[in-house]
Amino acid sequence: MSRVEVEKKVLNENQILAEQLRERYRHHGILCVNLISSPGSGKTLLLEKTLDRMDKSARVAVLTGDLQTENDAKRLAKFGFPVKQIVTGGTCHLDAHMIEKHLAAWKLEDIDLLIVENVGNLVCPSSYDLGEDAKIVLLSTTEGEDKPLKYPSIFFKSELMVLTKIDLLPYVPFSAELAKENARRVHPQMEILELSSTTGEGLDGWMEWLGERQRKAKSKAGAVRA
Amino acid sequence: MHELGIASSILDCVHAEARRHPDVRITKVGVKIGELAGVDVDSLQFGFEAIVKDTEWDGLVLAIESIPRVQRCPKCQHEFRMADFDPQCPQCGEFATQCISGEELDIAYMEVDE
Repeated sequence: MSRVEVEKKVLNENQILAEQLRERYRHHGILCVNLISSPGSGKTLLLEKTLDRMDKSARVAVLTGDLQTENDAKRLAKFGFPVKQIVTGGTCHLDAHMIEKHLAAWKLEDIDLLIVENVGNLVCPSSYDLGEDAKIVLLSTTEGEDKPLKYPSIFFKSELMVLTKIDLLPYVPFSAELAKENARRVHPQMEILELSSTTGEGLDGWMEWLGERQRKAKSKAGAVRA
Repeated sequence: MHELGIASSILDCVHAEARRHPDVRITKVGVKIGELAGVDVDSLQFGFEAIVKDTEWDGLVLAIESIPRVQRCPKCQHEFRMADFDPQCPQCGEFATQCISGEELDIAYMEVDE
C-alpha cells in the first residue's frame, strides 16, 4: 500500500469554471454580486427596489435562482432590464456551470452590473464560487440575531451584510446591535448596511455601495487593458 | 444539505485519479474539511458510503480530517485556534485578526494497493 498526495479542491471543476467567469467579468469591467440569504429575507424585494431606482440606461442584468417557478423573474422583468430565471429543479444552490449556461445568450460587453440572486439557503451556496466579486448576505429583523453564529461559513465569506426589514424593528424582539456584533465576531472586517425595502430607508446607502463597487470594477478593467 | 453533491465530486476526483493510474487500486481517499466549509462531516461520510455501495467502488474508504479555524494577529503575529467565535488575539487583545485556515474543502491524498 502506498499513499499519493493529491492536493486538489473537492469542487475543482466548479472552481475552474468560476475563475473563468471571474476573468470574463474582469475583462468587461462587470461587477458581479451574489446575493445569499434564508428564504424570505427579502432578496427579491430588495432587487425590485434596486432595479426601480436604476437609471433606465443602466446596463444591469439579473440571474435569479429558485428550486421551482419563474415567479421571481416575472417580478423582476417588469423594470425593463434583462432578467433570467435559473430553475434548479431541487438543487439547493447555484453553481458556476448554471451561471455560465444562463449567461450564454447575453453579450457581456453590454453589462456593467450582474446581480445573481442565489437560492434561499444559508448553507450550500457558501461552498460554490460563482465567479462573483462579492458575496452579499442578507439577514432580516424577523430572524434570530444569532444567525451569523449558526451559519458562520456564509457570514465569513460575504463582504457585506445587509440587515433588511428595519421598518419592523419597533415591532419585533430583534436587536440590530447584537446581530451586527455577532456578524463581526464571525467576520471582523465585514461591511454592514441596514435598510428597509418597504419604506426605502437605507436604500441610498445600498445604491451607493453598488455604484462605488461598480466604479472600482470598471477602473480595474481599464487598468488591465491599458 | 449539499453533502451528497460534495461526496459525488470527491468520487469524480477518485475516478480521474484511477484513469491516470489504471494499474493500481485506490482503497482510501483523504479529504480536509475546514470548519468554515459549511459541510457536515457526518452527512458527507453517510452520503459517500451510500453512493459507493454496490458499485465497483464499494469499500473505498473516505477519511475526513476536520480543520479548525485558525486566526493570525496582524499586530503581534500570534496564531491561535478560534473558539466560540471570539476573534480577539489572546496575546495582545487585537480584535481584527485574520483567518488563515478553516475554509478547506480539499482532497489531500489517496491510498493505493500496487
